[in-house]
Amino acid sequence: MALYHNPPMAYAQEPTTAPIEHRFNPYSDNGGSILAIAGSDFSVIAGDTRQSEGYNIQTRYARKVWQLTDKAVLATNGFAADGNNFVKRVKQRLEWYEHAHHKPMGLKSIARMIQTMLYGKRFFPYYVYNILGGIEEDGTGAVYSFDPVGSYEREACRAAGAAQSLIQPFLDNQIYFKNQQPEPGAAPFIPGNLPLGTVLSLVVDSFTSATERHIEVGDGMEIYVVMKRGRTTDDLLGDNKLAPGMTIEELPSLGESVGGVESEGEGQGGERTFLVRQALKRD
Amino acid sequence: MFRNSYDSDNTTFSPQGKLFQVEYALEAVKQGSAAIGLRSKTHAVLLTLKRSTGELATYQKKLIRIDDHVGVAIAGLTSDARVLSNFMRQQAMRSRMTYGRAIPVGRIVQSIADRAQTNTQEYGRRPYGVGFLVIGQDETGPHLYEFSPAGTAFEYYAHSIGARSQSAKTYLEKNFESFENATLPELINHGLSALHDTLQQDKHLSLQNTSIAIIGPSDADSDIENLAQSSAAKKGNFRVWENAGVENLLKIWRRSRGEPEDGPAEEETPAEGQAEPSAEQAQSAEGSENAPPGAPAGGEDVTMEE
Amino acid sequence: MWKQPAPANSSFNEYNTFPLPQTQRGGQSSHAHGPIGHTQQPLVTGTSVLGLKFDKGVMIAADNLASYGSLARFRDIQRLHPLGKHTLLGVAGDMSDFQWLKKELDGLLRSEDALALTDSHPSLSPKNIYELLSNLFYARRSKMNPVWNAVLVGGWDKVKEESFLAYVDLLGTTYTAPTLATGFGAHLAQPLLREAYEAKAGIDGEGPLLTQEEAEKVLDDCMKVLFYRDARSINKYQVATITAGGVTISDSRSADTYWKFAEGLRGYGAQTQ
Repeated sequence: MALYHNPPMAYAQEPTTAPIEHRFNPYSDNGGSILAIAGSDFSVIAGDTRQSEGYNIQTRYARKVWQLTDKAVLATNGFAADGNNFVKRVKQRLEWYEHAHHKPMGLKSIARMIQTMLYGKRFFPYYVYNILGGIEEDGTGAVYSFDPVGSYEREACRAAGAAQSLIQPFLDNQIYFKNQQPEPGAAPFIPGNLPLGTVLSLVVDSFTSATERHIEVGDGMEIYVVMKRGRTTDDLLGDNKLAPGMTIEELPSLGESVGGVESEGEGQGGERTFLVRQALKRD
Repeated sequence: MFRNSYDSDNTTFSPQGKLFQVEYALEAVKQGSAAIGLRSKTHAVLLTLKRSTGELATYQKKLIRIDDHVGVAIAGLTSDARVLSNFMRQQAMRSRMTYGRAIPVGRIVQSIADRAQTNTQEYGRRPYGVGFLVIGQDETGPHLYEFSPAGTAFEYYAHSIGARSQSAKTYLEKNFESFENATLPELINHGLSALHDTLQQDKHLSLQNTSIAIIGPSDADSDIENLAQSSAAKKGNFRVWENAGVENLLKIWRRSRGEPEDGPAEEETPAEGQAEPSAEQAQSAEGSENAPPGAPAGGEDVTMEE
Repeated sequence: MWKQPAPANSSFNEYNTFPLPQTQRGGQSSHAHGPIGHTQQPLVTGTSVLGLKFDKGVMIAADNLASYGSLARFRDIQRLHPLGKHTLLGVAGDMSDFQWLKKELDGLLRSEDALALTDSHPSLSPKNIYELLSNLFYARRSKMNPVWNAVLVGGWDKVKEESFLAYVDLLGTTYTAPTLATGFGAHLAQPLLREAYEAKAGIDGEGPLLTQEEAEKVLDDCMKVLFYRDARSINKYQVATITAGGVTISDSRSADTYWKFAEGLRGYGAQTQ
């Protein structure tokens, strides 16, 4: 209050006949958080479902994580309009790729394509932080993270969005074993090799904690699990593998193996993607 | 060289009221290998006869997916088909992107018909040398359209285009009344029978030369389709069965005709091209009047000389 | 409220309270000096729009005022616009942009109707129209030439047999929820709408929805609250109801207001002591 009662002299005497420039601001920040963690033969990509602007919750359910192919899932965070439209354009490019090559684009190619598309708008950027997760051609779980103008790298894990500063240090400690010491004589830590159950617990803890401490995170959580072809699903679908209140569904395959290409093995030959949902606090 | 003085310019009528270039374009369609389409209340199917230009060449693909709910069979110049089908894909995607709506089938066919029509009216252009059978499904059910280079688009219960398609048409005309309520396997069997009629005496439908496209829900009871291989089939979207994928469908068809399931034990001759019934040769695209018999026409579906 | 409160030292007309000669419109300034840059700013504006799903459809409410800054300039304009049989827009923000939008969409629907004459294909669903609007708004914001509105799209999807309610604004921001509100309504009415909705449907929305009567009552209450507290509102509003049967827009109506308390307030009206 006192600030405004006695404005600094410079302000008070500034001529106000010419209006101060105030351009239309084409951006907004819609809060929320996303993260992804790679395993040796799976990848987990998650996001909350709250969309907000300032102190207003616009909706309690807006999607931030998108299945692109049987092997790739993309999470977007930042300005929701840019995010939605970016995903739409990525999907468009993937369809034309499939028309041209009669096969879906591979994960690392999608990653490079995303970098090209983001940098293509370097001077009017998509205000979006992207995290791409999935299965690499060699069958390993992978996570790629991007900045809004296309810089990207492959990592074992990444958090982004409103609660990045809360979640990333936690992941650094738990996934990259930062500030941890192996017990004397024990094998050295290798990041990116945790079992699925552990990874799921870390994801859930990340979001429940972020929900407690950040107003823009909450309402609900969607966790996509992409599994290498032929991998066991017991550690996800088995009894008591999911916490109470969680629901799980398998997403139908998007792939096509007609036209002479024999499917490998009986029936389900490809990668499998599961969607786990859980409620988060709404306050 | 020219048959008459109205040949060289596609926009000028002959005194008989014909546009000769358009007529020749229709001739190019007739020389493409046969494509057949038919529909019931619930499904639409396309069946095509693939050709190979020689022993060293693969069989030319004749079925093109446009979108989840639309696909085409082509007869004529493959390169023109590529341009047109690409345009259709753009139209289909544009509708999905702007309205979040699958483009109504009739409208996407009309859009290429409009394009073809401008080619018959503007100076310095040539008509497309390809005809389409388009199947699709939308809120008003399954559809079958024919697109022709003349710039027309008509809807049909059943139709055939390409080489010797008249024989197929005869079959379809005889049987079309039962198509409306036919099941998917019945519809496919009718299609294969019609397709069979376009073959020369000593030729047979085989894994190599037959391809089938389906739109509409898969028949879960009859296991005619291998659902594990196609998510499109599971969703009832446009899917193509060919090569090994068509084996089961052919077997079912042969069984329905009381023939041995595995078909005649004949050796497949790769040069499957159907000889044209008449000496009527369109020279517009290739001008291969003196080409050796069976010469490949630049990767085209049309083989100008047989 | 059509902008965030202006900083104390700003001369930008964020509340639309400045006289017209001191405002700029369009991308070009006639002055050789000074900044150029307003792509646009809203001039004649409509305030909040509210939307609420009920058991048989969806309701949208907006008042009849178009303000010129702080001036209650047009007091009998309709901000609810039907599109076809089962879709309705409720529009806040710049009223000239709204009129342009109406013209565009009406034209589009006419050509769709013409096409439907040849193929009997069903007309654009509420979802289709919403997708189109989202693309339009996002494309215009990306050209730095926004359509200065916040729009609620309400409708009935005939194929899915369910109601539809969604939001899109000048940034291309989109979302959907069972209760929606623009502008001041997002602050003042949205909590009341959510409370009423969740009281019956529960937080998961699985329970029974409000009946038509209940929904209308909630909207009436919200419009009253908005009239009490939003200085750019007027006590004259309409409620549109979209069900399987189509769109109906009510006549303009007023909330019963109570001002007796004001007499006891110091600083309100003429003071006697």
